[in-house]
Amino acid sequence: MSKKLKAVIIGPGNIGTDLLMKMQRSEWIEPVWMVGIDPESEGLKRAAEMGIKTCATGVDGILPHVIEDDIRVAFDATSAYVHAENSRKLNELGVIMIDLTPAAVGPFCVPPVNLADHAKNLEMNVNMVTCGGQATIPMVAAVSRVQPVEYGEIIATVSSRSVGPGTRQNIDEFTRTTAGAVEKVGGAKEGKAIIIINPAEPPLMMRDTIHCLTESEPDQAAITESVHAMVKEVQKYVPGYTLVNGPIFDGNKVSCFMQVEGLGDFLPKYAGNLDIMTAAGLRTAEMFAEEAANGTITLPARG
Amino acid sequence: MNLNGKKVTLHDMSLRDGMHAKRHQISLDQMVNVATAMDEAGMPLIEVTHGDGLGGRSLNYGFPAHSDEEYLSAVVPKMKNAKISALLLPGIGTVDHLKMAKDCGVSTIRVATHCTEADVSEQHIGMAAKMEMDTVGFLMMAHMVSPEKVLEQAKLMVGYGANCIYATDSAGYMLPDEVTAKIGLLRAELPSNIEVGFHGHHNMGMAIANSLAAIEAGASRIDGSVAGLGAGAGNTPLEVFCAVLDRMGVETGVDLYKIMDVAEDLIVPMMDQPIRVDRNALTLGYAGVYSSFLLFAERAEQKYGISARDILVELGRRGTVGGQEDMIEDLALTMAKEKGLI
Repeated sequence: MSKKLKAVIIGPGNIGTDLLMKMQRSEWIEPVWMVGIDPESEGLKRAAEMGIKTCATGVDGILPHVIEDDIRVAFDATSAYVHAENSRKLNELGVIMIDLTPAAVGPFCVPPVNLADHAKNLEMNVNMVTCGGQATIPMVAAVSRVQPVEYGEIIATVSSRSVGPGTRQNIDEFTRTTAGAVEKVGGAKEGKAIIIINPAEPPLMMRDTIHCLTESEPDQAAITESVHAMVKEVQKYVPGYTLVNGPIFDGNKVSCFMQVEGLGDFLPKYAGNLDIMTAAGLRTAEMFAEEAANGTITLPARG
Repeated sequence: MNLNGKKVTLHDMSLRDGMHAKRHQISLDQMVNVATAMDEAGMPLIEVTHGDGLGGRSLNYGFPAHSDEEYLSAVVPKMKNAKISALLLPGIGTVDHLKMAKDCGVSTIRVATHCTEADVSEQHIGMAAKMEMDTVGFLMMAHMVSPEKVLEQAKLMVGYGANCIYATDSAGYMLPDEVTAKIGLLRAELPSNIEVGFHGHHNMGMAIANSLAAIEAGASRIDGSVAGLGAGAGNTPLEVFCAVLDRMGVETGVDLYKIMDVAEDLIVPMMDQPIRVDRNALTLGYAGVYSSFLLFAERAEQKYGISARDILVELGRRGTVGGQEDMIEDLALTMAKEKGLI
């Protein structure tokens, strides 16, 4: 039996397609199905050309194939509105759900910070927060693992072209979800998130600024070391994750300035915000596959 | 120019845009005293919020002396005739802040986006309109795009429920002909029940001239701030503008001598630094940079030894938009590294 876990991607848009391209290189995850709701959609056609099975009747259309194709993991790149139902139906069949929508049904997952715990606990639904969260929360955690952080604030600046209609119609969801995860995953007592959309042409790379206020005087050497180590962890799945400046210390304020360049698979390199979501989602599924192969976790039994 | 007989609604910014110039440290007493005196002088609309709008409290923009809720709760009950407005930038504040402002008695909500990104304002404009507030769509940095683009984005905001649209010269970059073209197109193409407004900055010394051009082109709401207390070289100084409008026969309902006294006796003494077209403020206008970057660039100059003017010019070249204050320190650090200063 192959060690690879078989996967379905729900939502054949930019995110789903980029995810598929990354997944085709994975040693741990094998893409089998792409699910959409419009048979004429470009995304489903692309997926079919890339050699995977497609289904245009939504999640219900693949439910009969889950057991026979031994689908073990699903990636939901649709919207928060339909995610809960998608997750319920697939979880019932023993499929682990990686949620790339802002639904946040399951616990937040930021790979270098808490993925190992989620994998060990066999969480059946994990949520990938937001692009801004994936790009910044590792840095908040890098500070909070050295000493208590009273306040963590992140500013994500993204190119106008990389922000889709879903995010635009519900931008509050980005700020709320990200701020919540800065607290829950980043470890800051109070979290704040700001998103700025910039229309410059050519489009700018995703930029992220992270400010933390430590409760006591920051241990500059320890924080600097922790931040550099964390950058290396993120670079394992997003090679273009770069610390441009910092950490800079000003009283109890610690600031880091990041740039996120994508791999340029389906999405352009400037769309590091979308790339870091797909890369983190895939990394999450891979960790589950590794733990299952090691025997640390046992996937739901199937006849 | 003949504006005789026209009516305009003046909207004071000194307690919101002025928060930038005061590093968001205006005291509750100052807020109440200034707003009360403006009310007494007949100012119809007064904005009270963190400089970066509801929820602007942050390390990025500055922690204010008090929360928006504290400021609004202190000021609103003291008003006899003036209405209080609040600013909201989607991406910084949320509809939760909007509801809080409504509960505090705010009657006008101004939802601000960059001039090409109006579609992030749907939920906020929709909510404000649903709560039957006076709902304004505020298109910032409007100098960066064509009049047709401003109109396209304005129509989106009207579609979400805005009853007034502003073309906002956040950088103080525009010259009067540009104001005429942009306000004129909005007035010509938007339904007649939708008001049009203009918000200027004085960075190129054009705020009064631009505001007059806006009225001539059909704007019925004009922003300014008493004594010009605002970001950059300040907003259109309202006591000056009132005197000009008075001589031109434009009705504002504001008592000129009383508003002159508010400027001289209350606001000028509050200023931490003279607000004028100095070298760096002029650079904002000349390079088309968001006005609230001024003090941040000056602090970066102090800290890293890179001229504020050089920082501002480079930010303009990069197409930086409102809210990107974090890029100022980042850029100063990069420039200082390149020069071998750190």
